[in-house]
Amino acid sequence: MNYVLPLIPALPLVAFFITLFLGKWWLKDSAHWIPILAMAGSFVLSVAAFLAIRGEEHAMVVELWRWIPVGDFQVPIAFQLDQLSSVMLLVVTGVGTLIFIYSKGYMHGDPGYYRFFAYLSLFAFSMLMLVLGANYLLLYLGWEAVGLCSYYLIGFYYHKPSAASAGKKAFLTNRVGDFGFGLGVMLIFVTFGSLDYLHVFEAVEHGGTSEGILLAIGLLLFMGAMGKSAQFPLHVWLPDAMEGPTPVSALIHAATMVTAGVYMVARSSVIFASAPTAMLVVGAVGAFTAIFAASIGLVQNDIKRVMAYSTVSQLGYMFMALGIGAWIPAIFHLVTHAFFKALLFLGSGSVIHSLGGEQDMRKMGGLARKIPFTYWTLIAGAFALAGVFPFAGFWSKDEILGMNFKGGGYIIWAVGLIAAFITAFYTFRLIFMTFWGESRMDPEVEKHVHESPWSMVVPLMVLGVLSVGAGALLGIPPEGGLFAKFLEPVFEPANQILGVHHEAFAAIDVILMIVSLAVALSGVALAYVFYVRRPDDLPQKAGAISQPLYKAVLNKWYIDEIYDATIIRLTIDGSRWLWRVVDAGVIDGAVNGVARLWDIAGRIVSPFQTGRVQNYAVVMFVGLFVIVTAVIVF
Amino acid sequence: MEFGFAEQIGFRALSLLTFLPSLGALIMVLFMRGRPSAYKATALVASLATFALSVYMLTAFDSSTAAFQFQENFVWIENFGINYHMGVDGISMLMLLLTSFLSVIAIIGSWNYVKDRELAFFASLLILETGMIGVFTSMDLFLFYVFWEVQLIPMYFIIGIWGGARRIYAATKFFLYTFTGSVLMLVATLAVVWWYGKESGALTFDILTLQNAGFPSNIQFWGFLAFFVAFAIKVPMFPVHTWLPDAHVEAPTAGSVILAGVLLKMGVYGMIRFCIGFFPEATVNAVPYIMVLSVIAIVYGAAVSLVQPDMKKLVAYSSVSHMGFVTAGLFTFNQQGIEGSVLQMVNHGILTGALFQMVGFFYERTHTREIKDYGGMARPLPIAAAFFSLFVLGSLGLPGLNGFVGEFLILLGVFQYMKVFAVIASLGIILGAGYLLWMYQRTMFGELTNEKWLSLKDLSAREVLTLVPLAAMSVVIGVWPGPFLEMLHAPSLEIIAKVEPFMAQQHSLVQMASTFLGGF
Repeated sequence: MNYVLPLIPALPLVAFFITLFLGKWWLKDSAHWIPILAMAGSFVLSVAAFLAIRGEEHAMVVELWRWIPVGDFQVPIAFQLDQLSSVMLLVVTGVGTLIFIYSKGYMHGDPGYYRFFAYLSLFAFSMLMLVLGANYLLLYLGWEAVGLCSYYLIGFYYHKPSAASAGKKAFLTNRVGDFGFGLGVMLIFVTFGSLDYLHVFEAVEHGGTSEGILLAIGLLLFMGAMGKSAQFPLHVWLPDAMEGPTPVSALIHAATMVTAGVYMVARSSVIFASAPTAMLVVGAVGAFTAIFAASIGLVQNDIKRVMAYSTVSQLGYMFMALGIGAWIPAIFHLVTHAFFKALLFLGSGSVIHSLGGEQDMRKMGGLARKIPFTYWTLIAGAFALAGVFPFAGFWSKDEILGMNFKGGGYIIWAVGLIAAFITAFYTFRLIFMTFWGESRMDPEVEKHVHESPWSMVVPLMVLGVLSVGAGALLGIPPEGGLFAKFLEPVFEPANQILGVHHEAFAAIDVILMIVSLAVALSGVALAYVFYVRRPDDLPQKAGAISQPLYKAVLNKWYIDEIYDATIIRLTIDGSRWLWRVVDAGVIDGAVNGVARLWDIAGRIVSPFQTGRVQNYAVVMFVGLFVIVTAVIVF
Repeated sequence: MEFGFAEQIGFRALSLLTFLPSLGALIMVLFMRGRPSAYKATALVASLATFALSVYMLTAFDSSTAAFQFQENFVWIENFGINYHMGVDGISMLMLLLTSFLSVIAIIGSWNYVKDRELAFFASLLILETGMIGVFTSMDLFLFYVFWEVQLIPMYFIIGIWGGARRIYAATKFFLYTFTGSVLMLVATLAVVWWYGKESGALTFDILTLQNAGFPSNIQFWGFLAFFVAFAIKVPMFPVHTWLPDAHVEAPTAGSVILAGVLLKMGVYGMIRFCIGFFPEATVNAVPYIMVLSVIAIVYGAAVSLVQPDMKKLVAYSSVSHMGFVTAGLFTFNQQGIEGSVLQMVNHGILTGALFQMVGFFYERTHTREIKDYGGMARPLPIAAAFFSLFVLGSLGLPGLNGFVGEFLILLGVFQYMKVFAVIASLGIILGAGYLLWMYQRTMFGELTNEKWLSLKDLSAREVLTLVPLAAMSVVIGVWPGPFLEMLHAPSLEIIAKVEPFMAQQHSLVQMASTFLGGF
C-alpha cells in the first residue's frame, strides 16, 4: 500500500499538468485520453486498496513528508486508508471515470476542451486528497482545492457574467463555512495537540475532554460541512452552480464534492458521538434542508435546477442520518445517491445535448421515443431517487427513515417522509414534462433532436444498472447488508460511545418499508395526475389556490434577496464608509492637517529669514542679552 | 565570534552582497551613459550576481543556531563606539534572499517600462537594493540608521520622478511619514546609546550589546514607543497606513514591487530587532494594544480593499490587511505565530510583488487601472489570466500555495494567544477571498467591455520570465515550507526566550482583556 495509496491521487495530478501545459498546442481534441486513463488507473488502484482493507480492523497510514513543522505543530502529508476512505475512493474514481468518458462526448468541439479535462483532473486529485488525507489539515487542503476546481468549472464559460458570478458565489459561500472549519481545526489542535485523525479520535475515546469543547469543535466543523454540502442557510450557491457544464454538475455538484461534508461528519463520528447537542443540530439542519429544498425543487422549470435542489434535499437526508448516529446509512445513501444523481444529471445533460442546449422543461415533452436510451436510463434514476422498491435509493433512504423512527426521532422521521413524497412528485414531474405528452419544442430544435453518442450513452447505462441493483445488492437485509458489514469497523468506536446495539431485522422494519414505499408511489401517482392526465389546468389551479406560498417557493423563499439586502449590502456599504469617512476623511484629514499646520508655521517664521546680516545680528544680540540677563537674575 | 565570515565562507560575503548592486550602479553611471542595452545588462548582471551570492551563502548557513553568522566587525568611528558590524541570523537571511530575488524580478519587469532617464532609474533600483540589504545585515545601530536612510532616498526619487500624475504628493507623503519615524528613531537611538554609555562608561552602538543592556522601565517605555512608531509607519500598521495606497498608486511598477515586497518588511524586521530586542518588557506590556491594532488592520484593510475602484489601490490596501496578519503573528510570542509571521513576510513579498507586477503589465497594455475599464480580459490574455489567478489564489490563502502556510500558522498562533482575535482575523480571510475574487471576476471574466482589448498581446517571454519564478516559489513554499521554516526555528525560540521572563505578569492582562471581550 505504501506505493499504491500515493499513486491514487498522483495519477490525476500528473494528468492535470500534462493536459494543462500540452493541451492547447499539442493534445487539442485528444486531450481526454490522458485524464481518462489516469482516472481509470486510480480506479483500479482503489479496487486494490479496497481488497487490501476488507476485513482489516485497523487503518493503514502512509506518511510522505512533513508538510508544516513548527515546534509542537507537526503536520505530515500522510494518507489514511480505512473502510470509509476506501468507499469514498471507489465512488470518486468509479463515478469519476464514467463521467470523464461521458465528457468526451458532451464537451466535444468546445473551444476549452483541454481546459475542461485539466480542471476535471485537478478536481479528481483534490477530491482524492480530501478523502485520503490522514489529518484535518489535509482534509482542509482537499476541501479548499475542490472548492477551487468547482469555482473554475462553474465559471467554465467565464465570458457569461452569470457563470462568473456563480463561481464566485460558490467560493465565497464556502469560505463562510470554512471560517468555522478553520477555527475548528485550530481548536482541535489546541485541545489535542495534534491534527491526526487516529491521535485525535483516540484522545476523544479516552474521555476527559470537556463536552463543551467537543460541542464547539463539532459545530465549527459542521459549519464547514454546511457550506460544502449546501445545507441551509449556506445552500444558496449550489443551484447557481448549475451554470457549469453538466458533467461538472454530475461529478462535483452531485456525486462527490458536495458529499464532502457528509464524509467529514462521518469521519469525525467519534467527536460528534461525544457531543449529542452537535448531533442534534446536524440532524435538525439536515431534516429542515431536506424538506426546504424539496419544496423549491417542486416548482423549478429548468431541468438542471430541479436536480440541484433535489441534491440539496438528498444531502439533507444524509445529515438527518448522521444526526441520529446512523453513520452507515448516511454513507450508504451517499453511495446510492452518487449513482442515481450522477445518472440523472448525465441523463439531463443528454437531453440538453440532444436539444442543442435547451434546459427549460416547458419547451420539451414527448422525447421518450426520440431518445430512448436516455429515457430508459433516466427512468431507472428517477425511480431510485423517488425511493421506489427495489431501486437503489429505496434501500438507503429507508434505512435513514427507519433508524430515525426506531431511534425515537419521530419528528425528523415525519419530515423525512413528507420530503420523500415531494421528492417522488418533483422527480416524476420532471420525467413526465420532459418525455411524455405532446412535444412543446421549438420546431427548429425538434428537427435536430438526436440520441447522444456512445461515449455518453454507455456511462448512462452503467449508472443505470447501478441505480437499479446496487441498493439491493449491498443493502439487504437493511442495516446488516454487505455494505454495513464492510464499514462496521470504522464506526465501531462511535457506536460504542452512543451505546448503539444492533437489532435484528423485524416486523417494524417491514411496516416502515411499506409506509415509505406507499408514500413514494403516491408521489409518483400525483405527478401522473398533474402532468399526464390534466397538464393543462391542474398545475395552474394548484398554483393559483396557494398563491402566496407558491410565489415564495418560486422565488426560492427569497433567501438570495435577503442576503443581498442584509449581509452583502452591509458589508459593501460599511466598507465604503470605512474608506471614504475613516480613511480619507479622518486619518488622511489629520495627516494633511498636520502638514498644513507646518505650512502655516513656516509662513509665520519665514519673514524672519530675510537674508540680511544686520537683522540676524540684531536678533542674535537681543537673544544673547536675554540669556545673559536670565543667567544673572536666576 | 564563532560565526565570523572567515571561518564560515572565507570572504566578506555580507559586504560584497551589500555593495555589489551599488558597484553595478557606479559602473553604469561612469561608463555606460547613453547605451541602454549595456547599462540594462549591467543592472541585470549585478542583481543576478547578488541573488546568486545570497543563495550561495545558504550552503554555508547554519540553521541550527540563532547566532549571527558571516560576521564582519571592525572599528569605524572609535570615539563614539561605532563599528562596521554585519551579520545575519535565519530571519535576516530569509529577508536577504527575498530582497535579492525581488530585485532581479523588478529589474527584468521594468526592462521597457521607463522612457525617461532610464539609466538613473536602474541605478536607483540598485542603490535601493544596497540600502535594503544593508538594513537587514547591520549589527550596529548607527550603521543600521545609515542604511535605513539610504534606502529612503532612491525610493523617494523612484516615486517622485518616474511615478504617475500625483507623484509629488505621494512621494512627499511617503517621505514625510517615513521621515517622522526616522527622527523618532534617531532620538531614541541617541537616548539609548547615551544611557548605556553613562551606565557602562563607554559609548557603543553595537546591537547585540544593547540587546543585553537591560534598560530600566522608563527608558524601555519611551524607547519602545519611539522605535515602535517608526517601524509601525513602515509596516504600515493601522492607523498610520495612509501613505501606502498613495505611494503604491503613483509608484512605477518596480517601485511598487520593491515597496510592498521588501520595504514594508523592514518595519517588522525593525520591531524584531529593536522593540523586542532592546525593550522586551515594554513590548510585552504593549502586546494587547498591538494585537488590537493588527486585527483592526486585517479586517479594515480587507474591507477597504473590497470597495476600491482602482486595481493597484486594491492591492495596496490588501497589503495593510496582510501585514496585519504579520504583526499579529509576531506578537503572539509562540513559535507558530512568530515563524508564520516571518514566513508570511516572504509570502507577501512574493505574492503581492507578483500582483503589482501583473497590474503593471495590464497597465502597460491598457493605460488604465480602473477595474470597471476591464472585463473579459481572459479572452485576449489567457496566459496573463492564468498567472493572475494563481497569485490571487495564493493571496487569498488557498492551501497548497504559500499564503496559506503563513496565514494558518499565524492564525494558529493568535488562536493560542486569544481565541477571539483569531475569530475576528478569520473574518479577514472571508473578506480576502471576497475582494480578490471579485476583482478577478470583474477584470478577467465576463463580457469584453472594450473591443480594443481584443487586439492586446498576451504576455511576452520576458514578462513570463518574471512571473515564473514567483509562481514557482509560491508553489514550493506552499507544498514544502519545511526548509524555510527550519531557518526560523532557532531565531523564534530566541525571541520567545527573550520575552518569556516578562510574560508572567502579562498573563493577568490577557485574562483581563479576555474577560472583557467575553472570552470565546
